Amino acid sequence: MKPKIFFIWLIFFLLSGQAFALEVPARPEGRVTDLTGTLSRNEKVILERKLADFEKETTNQIAVLLMPTLKGDSLEDYSIRLAEKWKIGQKGRNNGAILLIVKDDRQLRIEVGYGLEGSLPDVLSGSIIRNEIAPRFKTGQFYQGIDAGLSAIIAATKGEYKAPEKRERRSRSSPWGTLWPILLFFGIFAFINLVARKRHYHSGGSRGWTSGGIFLGGGSSWGGSGGGFSGGGGDFGGGGASGEW
Amino acid sequence: MNKALVILIPLVIIGVLVIGGFGIYNGLVSAQEEAKTAWAQVENQYQRRADLIPNLVETVKGYAKQEKSILEEVTRLRSQWGEARQSGNINKSLQAAQGLESALSRLMVVVERYPELKSNQNFMKLQDQLEGTENRISVERRRYNQSVMNYNKKIRTFPGAFFAGPFGFERMSLFEAEAGAKKAPAVKF
Repeated sequence: MKPKIFFIWLIFFLLSGQAFALEVPARPEGRVTDLTGTLSRNEKVILERKLADFEKETTNQIAVLLMPTLKGDSLEDYSIRLAEKWKIGQKGRNNGAILLIVKDDRQLRIEVGYGLEGSLPDVLSGSIIRNEIAPRFKTGQFYQGIDAGLSAIIAATKGEYKAPEKRERRSRSSPWGTLWPILLFFGIFAFINLVARKRHYHSGGSRGWTSGGIFLGGGSSWGGSGGGFSGGGGDFGGGGASGEW
Repeated sequence: MNKALVILIPLVIIGVLVIGGFGIYNGLVSAQEEAKTAWAQVENQYQRRADLIPNLVETVKGYAKQEKSILEEVTRLRSQWGEARQSGNINKSLQAAQGLESALSRLMVVVERYPELKSNQNFMKLQDQLEGTENRISVERRRYNQSVMNYNKKIRTFPGAFFAGPFGFERMSLFEAEAGAKKAPAVKF
């Protein structure tokens, strides 16, 4: 009986994941993503610059996504999945926010990361939407609405995180951070060699190398990442506010 | 065959099994801890909602005295939830929280009849906070369900199933998907 219930749940879970969930786009290169073709190239550049400057000053990250429709998906549900995938904000500080605009559904949401909930509480997000963004969207001024909304968000969050001394600490601890995988790799490699030798492998040498190669391949993924956004890894817990126009 | 090898090979096998067993056991423990932490997060958000209620009740009272019964019900269910949480019984606390949720959403429907209340600044703020809290609750619920799914799967599949019985890892229960549980109670501007 019990296993049956579990499997029913599992199937339900899998099905619900596929049936209702609209695909979230991959984390973009830039801070402003317009899937609706609403913003001109110039406007987009200005907004990007604004957000990049803000990040340089405070390390807080804001991303904007304009999309045409959610096809009936729930705004809040989509927004948190977006936040979980994009991981805007610095890891550990969770100082990211996302402005999500669903143009044809006439809905929008400000999704606020854990670290900004203090300076950008739901009440403030709600009033930014009602007072700054929605009135401009109503008259079709999308760029102006986004710009005003971002200015308000920036004004609200400034002061909570200043580009801080923490950077120093991070660089001090980083040598160990990069040494670890290397040590681990050599440890595993040595172990494998030892085992291979003990077992009198005929082709011992070459076997050892191939498995070593596999581990090396895995190790290389520790280094990279990059692109338009630095950082990433901010966590969200559903803070923010939704609105419509 | 070499005598040393005869002793060494079983030893190595046992060693590998034991070390592997540690890893599997630890995996189960950490999955369980994750699920417990996720539950604590759900309760935190319930607490956040409960903290909003006294203020909400006061504000509504000022405009809608005749709605006494629903206001009293919300207050009563709030303290009931507090007691259930104190008792540490997850099922009881869950039931109380869901009762509170449905009373709250009824209150929010009633409130629609009072335009003056709806345009009250303080009330609008409370609405934002309540909506935000409901959304956080649904986020944490989903995360709890995910971590319980992960844990339950681990204790029911090989090799975790091997350890689950003897070490007393029991199934944890999921949030049941109520009709409309995904949505916050309809709070409209």
